[in-house]
Amino acid sequence: MTATFTMTGPTATHTPTAGATVQLSAVVKAFSGHTALNSIDLEVAPGELVALLGPSGCGKTTALRSISGLESIDSGRIVIDGVDVADTPTNKRDIGMVFQAYSLFPHMTVLENVEFGLKMRKVAAARRRERALETLDMVGLTKHRDRFAHQLSGGQQQRVALARALVTRPRVLLLDEPLSALDAKVRVQLREEIRRLQTELGITTVFVTHDQEEALAVADRVAVMRDGRIEQIGTPEELYATPANAFVADFVGLSNRMPAELVDGQVTLHGCSLNLLGDPMPDGPVIALVRPEDIALSADGIAGTVISSSFLGSLRRTRVRLFDDTVVAIQHEVERHPLPGEAVTVRLKGAPVSALPPKVKK
Amino acid sequence: MAAPLSPVEPAPASAPAERRPKSANQAVRIGAEPSTVARRLILGIIGGIFLIPVIAMIEFTFRNGLAGDYTTSHWTGLFTEDSARTYRGLYQAIENSLVLAAVTVAIVLVLLLPTMVLVHMQFPRLKRTLEFICIIPITVPAIVLVVGLAPVYSVVVQVLGGSTWTLAFAYGITVLPYAYRAIQGNLDAIPVKTLSEAASTLGAGWLTVLWTILLPNLRRGVLAASFISIAVVLGEFTIASLLNRRNLQTALLQVSQSDPWVAVIFALAALALAFILLLIIGRLGSATPSRRKS
Ligand SMILES: Nc1ncnc2c1ncn2[C@@H]1O[C@H](COP(=O)(O)OP(=O)(O)OP(=O)(O)O)[C@@H](O)[C@H]1O
Ligand SMILES: [Mg+2]
Repeated sequence: MTATFTMTGPTATHTPTAGATVQLSAVVKAFSGHTALNSIDLEVAPGELVALLGPSGCGKTTALRSISGLESIDSGRIVIDGVDVADTPTNKRDIGMVFQAYSLFPHMTVLENVEFGLKMRKVAAARRRERALETLDMVGLTKHRDRFAHQLSGGQQQRVALARALVTRPRVLLLDEPLSALDAKVRVQLREEIRRLQTELGITTVFVTHDQEEALAVADRVAVMRDGRIEQIGTPEELYATPANAFVADFVGLSNRMPAELVDGQVTLHGCSLNLLGDPMPDGPVIALVRPEDIALSADGIAGTVISSSFLGSLRRTRVRLFDDTVVAIQHEVERHPLPGEAVTVRLKGAPVSALPPKVKK
Repeated sequence: MAAPLSPVEPAPASAPAERRPKSANQAVRIGAEPSTVARRLILGIIGGIFLIPVIAMIEFTFRNGLAGDYTTSHWTGLFTEDSARTYRGLYQAIENSLVLAAVTVAIVLVLLLPTMVLVHMQFPRLKRTLEFICIIPITVPAIVLVVGLAPVYSVVVQVLGGSTWTLAFAYGITVLPYAYRAIQGNLDAIPVKTLSEAASTLGAGWLTVLWTILLPNLRRGVLAASFISIAVVLGEFTIASLLNRRNLQTALLQVSQSDPWVAVIFALAALALAFILLLIIGRLGSATPSRRKS
């Protein structure tokens, strides 16, 4: 697949579209009493890829469908390229969308599917074919051009759907969990392809996912959603290092939950006093969220027993049961190879942590 | 009445049953399918019930009066100039019936199909109501329908004139249950919402969506609905007769009073046509779309 993606390929002859800006301000959408979007503000810069990340039912799809016009909004504004699109129907918004469900037209071949958007834009047949083939080549499926959807694998179908959405060089590309029906390996492969194509073509993109790893891997910025609101928006690094609140800290990346005490606004944990991330909390018992890389195996410190240790390529993750029965994951260099049952001591590196109120248990 | 419905969804009912291997536990199972012999017997009896009258009809058309000898003159007589004049009324009635069939199909395609698609996509909560309304005509006897229709038609005649095609409004109602089932089966089988949403994000307006995306995928259901409608209209007698219109069936009755042989010949022709239509529907129901080559 990757072989078709050299920069000297057909895409290089295209001048990348300068993507449009997408602005959502105070967008509200309710379904029969249930507020799916509760005043969403979001600004996506031209050519930027923003991921909407959040648990199931938090309103990601609704937000995306509102941008596409498939869902009408109750109040607020959606502005694409400086123009309020409230009165622009979906088919006039010049967007490309890839759905979670397989959505290829079953009565058309792969090529006909990809040509469809150009046909709607009244592009002449010869030019249409040429551009469709070009785009199919970008997703590496030229050889399947005469197949029908039911003759393709899930990954291939989503590739065609991507080509179909990209062929018109839309102002905005909207992706609603396009990879969730695929197996892990194809998912990683395809998300990288999506990212590469998106960067090459410079198309403003909103990518919906509930997989935090996926969001962190492909997005310029990630918007973490909960219950119809955006909790925090920032680069993957910002979200990871300085989560605005415990929900974000818990949802983005891996965290150890360790019982701790909040004293004078400082998290006190196994004798360490750590800075608290996010909003201040009242003093008292809390659950600290500690990243695996903020704990280290050390010569002395908190005693514990190794439960398991797994090799992750460039690093190793070891699970340790501490003396107080808390189980923590620790990330460390590969050279150190703890064995299950081994007695170890760990220490906190002192990085700031987020904290949950104690009643929010797992 | 149930017969035209079955070809639309034939696969689940019959196909897997036949493929099931004969195993020991089959005898124990309650409601096991009949043995081959029993199956042939049932098929033979039912086939006989259908075929004997048809054979009798064919035999009858070759009879020479009541004498018991045979002649082909009733068939050959049809193609003489003389008979063309005699049976002009009958040919007119056939034309009427074909026009009625066409208008009825048009009503189904122009009114029912878009309504069903709209309800399916935009107002799924109205689905039950629509189904109920569409099924009602099957429970209302034609005679009762006519009682209600008579005053309606006195208005229709004032507005649109008394030509026969106006009868198609009534037929549009009588074919609703069959057409509805045929189309609904197909609608349920394709992801209508996703497909049309995908098309509209690609720039297609709703008419384009209906025409280039939904219709090709609803082809089977739409064709089945059309053929069933045609079959029903060609066989309709009661409403036409009671509203004093001439269609194939009323004309056949009239002709049979003067020349029973010709009436039977035309009845056979109508039967053959309906049979062919049903066969086509059956094929549509089982075959995959022809464009799907592998
Ligand atoms: N058409 C609808 N009618 C009624 N409620 C709806 C409709 N669509 C969505 N909702 C509700 O709005 C909320 C947000 O739904 P949405 O599909 O946007 O969630 P999501 O974040 O995409 O979730 P998932 O990850 O499961 O796809 C949910 O509570 C859902 O039940
Ligand atoms: Mg969703």
